[in-house]
Parts: sequence; structure tokens; C-alpha cells
Amino acid sequence: MGSPAVKKEVPVPHPLEDLVRMERIPHIWCSGCGTGSVFTACLTAMKNTGINYDDFAMVSGIGCSGRGAGYINIDSFHTTHGRAIPFATGIKMARPETNVIVFSGDGDLFAIGGNHFIHAARRNMDITVICVNNFIYGMTGGQAAATTPHEAKSSTSMGGNPESPFNLPLLAYAAGATYVARWTMLHSRDLADSIEEAINHKGFSFVEALSPCPINYGRRNKQKPLDTLREYHANTIIKNNADPGELGIDFKQKVILGKFVDIEKPSHDEQYHRLYHETSTKS
Amino acid sequence: MKPAVDTGKHFINGDIACAEGAIAAGCLFFGGYPITPATEVAEHMSERLPHVGGTYIQMEDEIAAMTSILGGAWTGKKTMTATSGPGFSLMMETVGLAIVTETPCVVVNVQRGGPSTGLPTQGAQADMMQAKWGSHGDYEIIALAPSSPQEMFDLTITAFNLSEKYRTPVFIMSDEIVGHMSEKVVIPKKEAIKTISRIQPRGKKNNFHPFKPGPNGVAPMPSIGQGYKVHVTGLTHDEKGYPVMSVDTQAEMMERLLGKIRNNLDDIIMTDQYLLDDADIVIVSYGVSSRTSYTAVDMAREQGIKAGLLRLITVWPFPDRLIKELALRVKGFITVEINMGQISREVERCAGYKAPSYLAGHPGGAVVPPEQVISIMKEAF
Repeated sequence: MGSPAVKKEVPVPHPLEDLVRMERIPHIWCSGCGTGSVFTACLTAMKNTGINYDDFAMVSGIGCSGRGAGYINIDSFHTTHGRAIPFATGIKMARPETNVIVFSGDGDLFAIGGNHFIHAARRNMDITVICVNNFIYGMTGGQAAATTPHEAKSSTSMGGNPESPFNLPLLAYAAGATYVARWTMLHSRDLADSIEEAINHKGFSFVEALSPCPINYGRRNKQKPLDTLREYHANTIIKNNADPGELGIDFKQKVILGKFVDIEKPSHDEQYHRLYHETSTKS
Repeated sequence: MKPAVDTGKHFINGDIACAEGAIAAGCLFFGGYPITPATEVAEHMSERLPHVGGTYIQMEDEIAAMTSILGGAWTGKKTMTATSGPGFSLMMETVGLAIVTETPCVVVNVQRGGPSTGLPTQGAQADMMQAKWGSHGDYEIIALAPSSPQEMFDLTITAFNLSEKYRTPVFIMSDEIVGHMSEKVVIPKKEAIKTISRIQPRGKKNNFHPFKPGPNGVAPMPSIGQGYKVHVTGLTHDEKGYPVMSVDTQAEMMERLLGKIRNNLDDIIMTDQYLLDDADIVIVSYGVSSRTSYTAVDMAREQGIKAGLLRLITVWPFPDRLIKELALRVKGFITVEINMGQISREVERCAGYKAPSYLAGHPGGAVVPPEQVISIMKEAF
């Protein structure tokens, strides 16, 4: 056997390269983290809508997935902890033609930012909120979150989490969201299709993407990276239009994925325009 | 439908005059949250903005109100919010985001007695240091102090102009008394009102640097949708807007943020000086307290005391140089303000050992009577 032939590598541009700030790569996400897969699904969805990239804006809060706004090559805003949604609301109401995507994590959106989430949903604010739910505060080293499963270990609940997590689709639905779906990062096509639908949906759309944090959640809960993915595969079922009340996450039972809510209802900017701009030009 | 500039003579309160000033300045987005005694600003904006094609939204709290006006500002619009003490406290973290992302916006604080819920329906000037230092980290801020409904109109326009010119949040530090006081307000013709809008970038959109200062130290600011693909972050960032966690980048960014204010003090600092030329004793005051201070100067002069008034229209940045110069030639200073010693400490700092500095303060809920100023004056000098 002679020496192996040296293959000359021809760099093939990544199909999403035009949407990524390539000069900022490599990203900060750890090996085994699912945020990159959710981010890829989001970019794929944006591309598939065919909407001009200049008519998008991405807003993130603080945390691992909050760094998403720093890698996407569109007008993008990395704001304060928990405040991505009110920032996005300001953009949407001041320039309604913008397609505003909030890309952030469970800690950011549902603990410190929970109040903003329910009110944006109530208003049917025409923005798309993508939550990378890794059940933990990853960036700060694995503290218990509003999504951490009951009895799960975290750096602030080494004896098991005494609290119970939010059922995020139920919360979104109850607050008034008009599009609600849940996937895992493993269901990358379904996730991308769902995000595309959410972007095209007029009104408040919410997509929860379950995503592993092997470093700060898996390690303490005896879950190797591949175990988590296996669970996403084996212990989930797709049940569109499932009752949001049944969507609590317990991997000992089957975790339900799918699209649960898709309602047509005028969005906040449409209502405001009808009640204020159309009437004020008449009077 | 009323025009943006409602030219004519009006009998309105300070809060409404502030809202009219905002509309005249070209404000098109207001994120509000009700709070006494600033609510009338939000109410009037909600009524007036649709007339000029603008948008009002009532947010779920003051954090959201403040954050929404930053999002609105990046669409290219002039934006504003209004609040009082408790809401001002909630806004503080986002004020830091506005500063570091160089986002122009105007924040009105119609001050009331504090701490905490305090005296919701009675005036105070006790948030003056919070205006300077309330958000974490080091920064320069611009804060103006109107003393009448007319100035609520005029200085709101000035606040927008300064915020657009320097790409920074500007505070209007009013108070319950000025906010709720009704007086004659003259709104001039549209042509007579000078408004400034941010400098927009021109030329190539690829690899644009939204934080690279222009000749006046301020970077041109693109808007969402123009194709500049900006990245804006609260992290320490370079001129491109990208986060860089380095000592050098931090130093460069801080120099840029502080420099654009500190190098333009003559343009930003406004004062009114009353009988100051030959004064031995200088009363320093601002906002509603300056109204009783004019009376105090007159009373002192009647009694043969050579008093004069330095009224701060711009409170932040502070007129250090002016106070330092005065300290070399006057007997001393008395600061009149509705708090237990805030701006008086700044006066003391600038006067140093050259001239003594006293406070004619008030715990909140009423103005400092001119008699109190005279008695402190007589006792001290």
C-alpha cells in the first residue's frame, strides 16, 4: 500500500452562509449543545419563506441561545436579560413591515422575561418567539430554571428541584398566542417547517425547541449527550392539535410534539392601525 | 386632526406641554406605563400620536416601556417614554443598554417624593443623582430640568435634538409641580422650531461600522430594513458592533461613549444667569426650585445682599468649569433643591476649598420657601 492520495479540499459554501456572520465563527456553543441545530432550523426557515432578509430583524436576550442574534447576518439585537420581547415589540409597532424573530432561551423568556411573554401573547403581537429550552441556566453554569424538571439536579438544587416546571405551550395558549408548536432539535425538518409557518403566521407565534445541555444539565443528571438525543427520538410522540393541558414534559411518559394552536385573529398592529390610523385620517 | 405643531397660545399643564413638545420634535413612538404624576404625558401621547402617523403602546411595566422605545428607535423613529420615581428605577438597566448601544431616545421623569412609593401626588427633585448614576457602570448622561410648562414644551424639543445629535438617551427631569401646573404655553410656528435628526449613513452597506464615530465623535446611525445588517449588543463591542471581551476594546468604547459628551460640553450645557455678574452669593438651582430662587434673589437684593442665581437648565453633564470659576470670586454658594442634598454636593465638589457651599433643601412634597433661602444666607455669610 502506498501513501494515501492527498485529496485537495474544495471549500463548498454552506447553504446558509449568506445568513451567518462568518467572521464571527466559531460560535461559543459547547460540543453536544443543541442551540446550533435550532439556530440552523431557524435560518433554514427564514430562507424558505423567500422574504427579503432586510425585512427581518432578530432580537435575543441573554444566555447561550441569546447569542443567536450575534451570528445571524441581518439587523440583529442582543438586548438585556429577559427583554428581547419588549424590544421586538418596539420594532414591530414602529415598523410593522418588519418580520421580527425573538431567538432566546427558557431562562431568559420565561423567568426574568415571563411577564413580557404573556403580554405579547395576549396582544397577539405579530412576532415569532423561538425558545431553545434546555431546562437549565446554561451560560451561568447550570442553575435551576423555570423549566427544570421536578427533582432534577442543578447547581442550585443538588438535592433535586423542589419546584415544578412550566408547561410552555399551555402558558402560551392560555396567554393568547395564536400559533404554538413544540419540537426537539433532533426533529430538524419539522422544526424548520414549523418556524417557517410561525414566521408566515400573522400574530403571536411560539415555537418551543427542546435542546440538550450536556455540560450543565446532562452531567448532573446522568445523561450523556447521545442519551438525551435517544430520548428525543424514543420517548416523544407527534400529536398535532393535542390539548395544551397535556403537554407537561416528563420523559418517563411520552413527550408530545407537534403543532397545537393555529388560530386566525387580527394582530396588534392590525388592530391599532384600524382603530387609530384609519379613523384619525377620516376625522 | 391636529397638526404636529399646534401653533398658538395654550393654557395647559406641564405634562401635556411635554407631549406637545415631543410631537413637535417629530416623536413617532411612545412606549408608556401609567404612573402618577406622569400619566398625562402618556394619555396625551396616546391621543396625539395617531394624528401624526405615530404609534402609542401601553406596555406591561416600565422595563418593557423603556425597552420598547429602544427597539422603536432602531427603526429610525424618534421615541419617548415618561415615568416617575418607581418607574425610573425599573428603567435603569435599560438606560445602560441605550447608552452603550448609542440609541437616541427621550425619557421623562416627572419626579415625586420618595423613596419607594413615597408621595405620588407631590413634587420632589430627589432622583437627580439617580439620573446620573442609576444604571450600573460608568457613563455620561444628558439631563435637562424644565421649570415651567413652557419649558416642558421647549426643552422636550431640545432633548430630542440632543439625543439625535449625540445618539444617546436624554432625561427630562421634571417634577410633579411643573408637570401638573397649568400656565400659558406658546407654541411657535412650525418653521420657527429647529429639529435635529440623527445622521444617516451613506454609501456602501457591506461591512458597515455602526459605532465608528464621525467628525463630531458620533457615528451615523442606520435603521432596520436599510440593508446595513447591523449587530447591536449590550456587551462591550468594537466599532463594527461585535462583542470583544478585551481591556483595549473596553477602553476604546468608553472613550467613545464618554468623549462624545465630554468633548461637547459647550454645546450641551445650558444655564440661565440672573444678577450673577456682581453677585457675592450664588444661588444654584434648577427646575421648580429655581422659581422660588428668583424670588429669593430679589428678596436678598432688597435687603442689600448681593445675591445672584445660576439656574441649571442642563443638570447633567454638570457645569463644573462655571462653578469653579465662580468659586474664585464669590463668597459662597447656596443650592436650592427639593431633596436633602444632591446637586449641592456637586456644587461643593466644584467649589472645593475656594468657597463654602450650603444646601437649602426640602424632604419633598413642597417647594423650598424663599424665606428659608434668605435665612440660610444670613446665617452662613
